[in-house]
Amino acid sequence: MILLSDYLVLGAILFSISVVGIFLNRKNLVVLLMAIELMLLAVNINFVAASHFLNDISGQVFVFFILTVAAAESAIGLAILIVVFRNRKTINVEEIDSLKG
Amino acid sequence: MEFQIPDFAPAYPEIFLLCMAGAVLLLDLFLGKRFRNLAYGLSIASLLATIAMIIGSSQQATTFNGMFLRDLMGDILKIAVMLFTIMVFIYSRIYQQDRHIFKGEYFVLALTAVLGMMVMISAGNMLLLYLGLELLSLSLYSLIAMRRDSLHATEAAMKYFILGALASGILLYGMSMIYVTTGTLDLAQIHAAIRTGDSANLVLSLGLVFVVVAIGFKLGAVPFHMWVPDVYQGSPTSVTLFLGSAPKLAAFAMLMRLLVGGLENMSGQWQQMLIILALFSIGFGNIVAIAQTNMKRMLAYSAISHVGFFLLGVLSATPDGYAASMFYILVYGFMTLGSFGMILLLSNKDSESDMIANFKGMFSAHPLYALVMTLLMVSMAGIPPLIGFNAKLAVINALVESRLYWVAVVAVLFSVVGAFYYLRIVKFMYFDQPGEAIRLNGGMEMHTLLTINALALILGLPWIGWLIRICNSALAQLS
Repeated sequence: MILLSDYLVLGAILFSISVVGIFLNRKNLVVLLMAIELMLLAVNINFVAASHFLNDISGQVFVFFILTVAAAESAIGLAILIVVFRNRKTINVEEIDSLKG
Repeated sequence: MEFQIPDFAPAYPEIFLLCMAGAVLLLDLFLGKRFRNLAYGLSIASLLATIAMIIGSSQQATTFNGMFLRDLMGDILKIAVMLFTIMVFIYSRIYQQDRHIFKGEYFVLALTAVLGMMVMISAGNMLLLYLGLELLSLSLYSLIAMRRDSLHATEAAMKYFILGALASGILLYGMSMIYVTTGTLDLAQIHAAIRTGDSANLVLSLGLVFVVVAIGFKLGAVPFHMWVPDVYQGSPTSVTLFLGSAPKLAAFAMLMRLLVGGLENMSGQWQQMLIILALFSIGFGNIVAIAQTNMKRMLAYSAISHVGFFLLGVLSATPDGYAASMFYILVYGFMTLGSFGMILLLSNKDSESDMIANFKGMFSAHPLYALVMTLLMVSMAGIPPLIGFNAKLAVINALVESRLYWVAVVAVLFSVVGAFYYLRIVKFMYFDQPGEAIRLNGGMEMHTLLTINALALILGLPWIGWLIRICNSALAQLS
């Protein structure tokens, strides 16, 4: 028998992996985008599991909206990534540091 | 369950603005380059028309199964958001033309951002709050990246995108925790489901922490402030002007809807968290701002400290405190518009003129604008008799009434520190020699509006009581 708490633990693990990915990654901007996607998927697991165990459909509706927005978000993220690459010829996170003070 | 067609009437202003954003997009596409001024005029006209619709249909209503709320607080914030956006359009016209970003996309994206803010302000459900927030954020990311040949602007867009997406993820995670414990997404039902004794529920507390962290990110409160200076400095000034003013109002609405409309019975917990955010923001913002040489960066740190001050009113957890915060954020948005407007005024085709040194000797060259800038800076510092002082006073008053004396004392001490860097600019303008000749940019309409903007900070004093009363009655409706 799989309990709601098991799903929540899975969600928490995925969420932690994505946060660690964002803060530890020093190489590649694309990996940052992947970490952000993983974060949203972790949230989706929470919503779907809660929706199932609570017998309430609204959590699943929320997931559809999150998936759609995540697609739009990564489209814009990749577009900005391309613009950054055209200007600098690199997507290394450590080299993107012209703004300081 | 039978499907009922919801009542669309309370949402007519939003629907109208959406149609107009589409119309501007299509017109710009088909009419092309020579009709850019048409997109400019049409955007301003549609915002004015939306304001008129909101004033004409002001009411307290709930529609779309409790998803969409109309109340006095929402109406005031929406009107302010649109007025600020109109001012942004007028201030930035020449700047945009000089940099070849006076395009239809700019207006369409700004209008969709305004639509996102309106949806956020009216949200009665966590789903709608999230959608409004994303509509706002996605428009802002693209607006910043519009100068796609600029190294700084694209870098700022990337940083804002990463941290904004992280904040949205954290917000969603918090929402999922709240959903797990209460079993509903509707904020009014969440409010009913949480009783004061429930605060021991660990999952719910975790959800609250995540939500507060996400709001901290969006507002730019310490320790979640690292994006603010970079984004303010890197964005084109016309976009900084927009993103420093109107979205702060939407963030206030989000704070109210989530923490007061939904999680009010946990106020004992979020009060502690907000005290930490607020005091660190005021202290850090004011101290680091002293070391800045770039005007936009200095105003970014000043924004951080102002956000801290505005959180002080919210954390008093009384309707009077919320009203004080609302008044503060309205006044702050108005002052920010003027300050960034001054940078736009000094910038020209070849230079951004965003260094503090650019203001040296302003008095001998343009005494009127030296006065304008002095009024803005003195008001930001919170020195009487300007309106900035009344805003700070209202917040401190609310704190004292909630018996948070030590918080009030710390806040006042740090705002004295803050007065230093505002007054330094005044010193530069009146007592230093200009480095090079100061040329003023911008059209007639901008010059007039900027002067009115600054003068309103002192001539508006007789109407202050009225504005505070309106804020009070708006927030009394909420709780």
